[in-house]
Amino acid sequence: MKEKITREEVAHVAGLAKLSFNDEQLDHFTTQLSDILNIFDTLATVNTENVEPTYSVTENVNILREDVADNWQQKQELLKNAPLEAAGLIKVPAILDEGEN
Amino acid sequence: MSNFETTIGLEVHVEMKTNSKLLSPSPVHFGSEPNENANAIDFGYPGVLPVANKGAIEFGMRVAMALHADITPFIRWDRKNYFYPDNPKAYQTTQSQTPIGTNGYIDITLDDGTVKRIGITEMHVEEDAGKNTHGTDGYSYVDLNRQGTPLIEIVSEPDLSSPEEAKAYLEQLRKVVQFTGVSDVKMQEGQMRADVNVSLRPYGSDTYGTKVEMKNINSFNYVYNALAFEEKRQARVLMSGGTIRQETRRYDEPTKSTILMRVKEGADDYRYFPEPDLAPIAISQDWIAEVAQSLPESANDRRQRYVSELGIEQYDADVLTQTMEMADFYDQAVTSGGEPKRVANYLIGDVNAYLNKNQVELPDTQLTPEHLAGMVKLIEDGTISTKQAKKVFEAIMVGEDPAEYAHQHGLVQLSDPAQLTPIINEILDNNPQSIEDFKGGKDRAVGFLIGQIMKATKGQANPGVVNKILMQALNER
Amino acid sequence: MTMNYFDHDLTSLHQQLVNKETTATELVQATLDNIKATDDQLNAFITTNPESALEAAKALDKAGQFDNALAGIPLGLKDNMATKGIQTSAASRILKDFKPVYTATAVDKLNAAGAISVGKANMDEFAMGGSTETSYYKTTTNAWDHTKVPGGSSGGSAAAVAGGQVPFALGSDTGGSIRQPAAFNGIVGMKPTYGRVSRWGLFAMASSLDQIGPFTRTVKDNALVLNTISGHDQRDSTSATREVPDFTSKLTGDVKGLRIAVPKEYFGEGIDERVSVTVRAAIAQLEALGATVDEVSLPHTKYGVAAYYIIMSSEASSNLQRYDGVKYGFRADDVKNLEDLYVKTRSEGFGDEVKRRIMLGTFSLSAGAYDAFFKKAAKIRTLIIEDFNKVFEDYDVIVGPTAPTVAYGIGEEIDDPTAMYLADVLTIPVNLAGLPGMSVNAGFVDNLPVGLQIIGKPFDESTVYQTGYAFEQASRLFEKKPDIAKEY
Repeated sequence: MKEKITREEVAHVAGLAKLSFNDEQLDHFTTQLSDILNIFDTLATVNTENVEPTYSVTENVNILREDVADNWQQKQELLKNAPLEAAGLIKVPAILDEGEN
Repeated sequence: MSNFETTIGLEVHVEMKTNSKLLSPSPVHFGSEPNENANAIDFGYPGVLPVANKGAIEFGMRVAMALHADITPFIRWDRKNYFYPDNPKAYQTTQSQTPIGTNGYIDITLDDGTVKRIGITEMHVEEDAGKNTHGTDGYSYVDLNRQGTPLIEIVSEPDLSSPEEAKAYLEQLRKVVQFTGVSDVKMQEGQMRADVNVSLRPYGSDTYGTKVEMKNINSFNYVYNALAFEEKRQARVLMSGGTIRQETRRYDEPTKSTILMRVKEGADDYRYFPEPDLAPIAISQDWIAEVAQSLPESANDRRQRYVSELGIEQYDADVLTQTMEMADFYDQAVTSGGEPKRVANYLIGDVNAYLNKNQVELPDTQLTPEHLAGMVKLIEDGTISTKQAKKVFEAIMVGEDPAEYAHQHGLVQLSDPAQLTPIINEILDNNPQSIEDFKGGKDRAVGFLIGQIMKATKGQANPGVVNKILMQALNER
Repeated sequence: MTMNYFDHDLTSLHQQLVNKETTATELVQATLDNIKATDDQLNAFITTNPESALEAAKALDKAGQFDNALAGIPLGLKDNMATKGIQTSAASRILKDFKPVYTATAVDKLNAAGAISVGKANMDEFAMGGSTETSYYKTTTNAWDHTKVPGGSSGGSAAAVAGGQVPFALGSDTGGSIRQPAAFNGIVGMKPTYGRVSRWGLFAMASSLDQIGPFTRTVKDNALVLNTISGHDQRDSTSATREVPDFTSKLTGDVKGLRIAVPKEYFGEGIDERVSVTVRAAIAQLEALGATVDEVSLPHTKYGVAAYYIIMSSEASSNLQRYDGVKYGFRADDVKNLEDLYVKTRSEGFGDEVKRRIMLGTFSLSAGAYDAFFKKAAKIRTLIIEDFNKVFEDYDVIVGPTAPTVAYGIGEEIDDPTAMYLADVLTIPVNLAGLPGMSVNAGFVDNLPVGLQIIGKPFDESTVYQTGYAFEQASRLFEKKPDIAKEY
């Protein structure tokens, strides 16, 4: 049977997910993901014309917070958990790309 | 360059001046210590959940209304996934599928006076990212104070066809948004930032050229310069037979040019999907009506009111409604009893000149609408002359009360006939020749006499009253 | 001193505290001793917090206030619920030594009621797995047979209760993670209606599916715990605003006239015949008690696994992106730049099953796959919900087996993810539809427990408890003890 997902596709998805695999792991994952995607094949056989997707089963609507500020004063505790911190800022290796927004 | 037609689309992000963030109750405040206004939600801690800020939704509705957009009745939030240190959850909560407003427009006035309507595709309420500072030590530093600040993103149609139009659009958009009361739109604090898309195509072509993107420009002049540069650069590439790559560039102010950041290979894959952690929002007609009630009067409506109700000239009304601060100030001064035309003249003339000279904004000064109105009242009721008003004006610009200042500095006009009559009589007694001249029909004599009276009263005599008494006295002699 | 929780339910412990026959301090100390005595066999706990637990107990004894049904009673928490200042790792290396700065709402509510957590129970890493074997820290064993898996992902919580270490524990259930380990360990595990219990502080796997629920030895105990942890939470906008009834109100033992539906799909291919027989016998017992029983069809059941694995992995792939080595938790050493930091941290910090699901989810949401995978699965979810709605027009509860088999051997299935995923077929539809579902012990096969799953209408946990209680009281299966009970 044709592989459901190619090794290259797996490598591409790993890039999106910020994961890396060595060659052996990549082969292994490609096989496993293909097997799993085979199970997903059954979905294509179901007629879902005019069926609305369900993304959540919550019945809640308009659960909103009033615009009142409340500073939880967690700065010190939060920064204590940061792997690297300096002068109240989180320290990370140099950013080479430009990010978003 | 004349061979090509320019197409520009703008995505503008405006920070809202809500009290708290979009999805956490942390305060929205510019200029705090790093990470002071960030809690576990803003840090993207495991297990935290967002709850949306009603105020931000209502601000979004205000902007949608001001831009004549249709408000979406049922909104589900979406996640936009990407890794970046200033994006702690590694997804941004936004409204990609169900933007709060769609199908709006804004009218801009071009240099030749024609009005062009620019379509607005949609606007989303979404969260701002934190801030990265790039050190010179091989590290970057992350401050999450800004993380989660509510933004309204306004996406234009590709209706703009020149850097001038783009700038006019941004100026008009800034004004419209500011008059909704949703943001102070302070450019220098990054409260309004534009992502710019620009492409060229040969005249007559019905497909757009490949677009180049420039992100996060927070000055209208920079946008203008960047577009002007890109127009030339792309035309040069195309004319020499080259092709434009889909790329992200950055505007560099020192060289007034754009610099390549990266070439895009296919579309970015943000893996948008509906946000399962937030309840959806249903916007009823009642809610829209309620928010419409709270929407401040637009710049347009104010301008028209100034002309029709207060008798202000069209041009002056325009100037008064350039910024919400100015218009609010004007309205308050008039409400405090200042004669509308004179208040307008002062704001447009002396106040603006002061602001320009000192390179400050109106709110940075000590001037209050009440003081300006007070000074205008003193002029109107003859207590001070317009000449004396110049000194009073200087005083109120630094926070002095006009009436107190005028009183303390003897800046009051002599308007009492009981005081003026003896002085006038004395001058007439000393100048019989002038009386002769007057009787002989020489009007110049009156001017000379008034000059003498002013001199005698050190300029404090009320000219109107002096004129009246003098004419009466002359006729009686 | 240890404490034999096999012979004392929550009501009896409460009475002893009220009557001053025991103290909270004694109970907490005994519980810690229980764990010390048996955890080398069970490996149920990743972390215990003796100091803070004893301190809370002493404060409670001093105040002498035991009005609340749970006051002074010790418990265990699955290690994916935030406990301020106490390591909460979700059994992952990426959160090793991570100490939350706040406490989960469900735990806060238990604290407010005077219940005392003594430790954090083992689980599959980030609740991804059905055997508790994907934990970075240890492999928990089944309370009935230490060569078998305890089920998962809440295997530590289930084994701790079934093994008599604690009187109750909390777990979380995204696709069966409370009910299946409850079944494998012969205890009561309830996954409440989506929204019944706040998710604030639950380390998310799949936000639209996750729910916290109790593990107990009896149905009444379970209802008492759910009474305490339910209710709307302003910090969780998906938590239900409905009023919380007293879940013990229908525990009469009476099921006369109760309309029970038995889906034929729940006894189909892949279900161990001996499990089927045991569950059918349990259903027959309910019928004998006066319930009516009919066979029904939930035609889309067979698509549940595929739909679930797409939706769950998609949401999880996004939820787990925050573990990037920047703000907290594990950060890989020797990184050259930011990209390197991300990739190394995540590749070294996550185990294989987590990576597999992140990969599946990232793929399902990616450009070109979204419509055929994520969106398609969301539509199938609608069809599965409609199946349930139709049956619930005519029936009060749906019953069937909880899991296709009894507990299997440690190491037997872990290398076959496809088989592991398919084994969730009976529990998954309940999460997709957001319904309450509970597992109670239905009997034994080869001395290993079999689970009876009882599924209710949305927010009708009361009727689920009513059904389970009637069966439990008639069968008295909870009186049977595993060998480990002899340790106490």
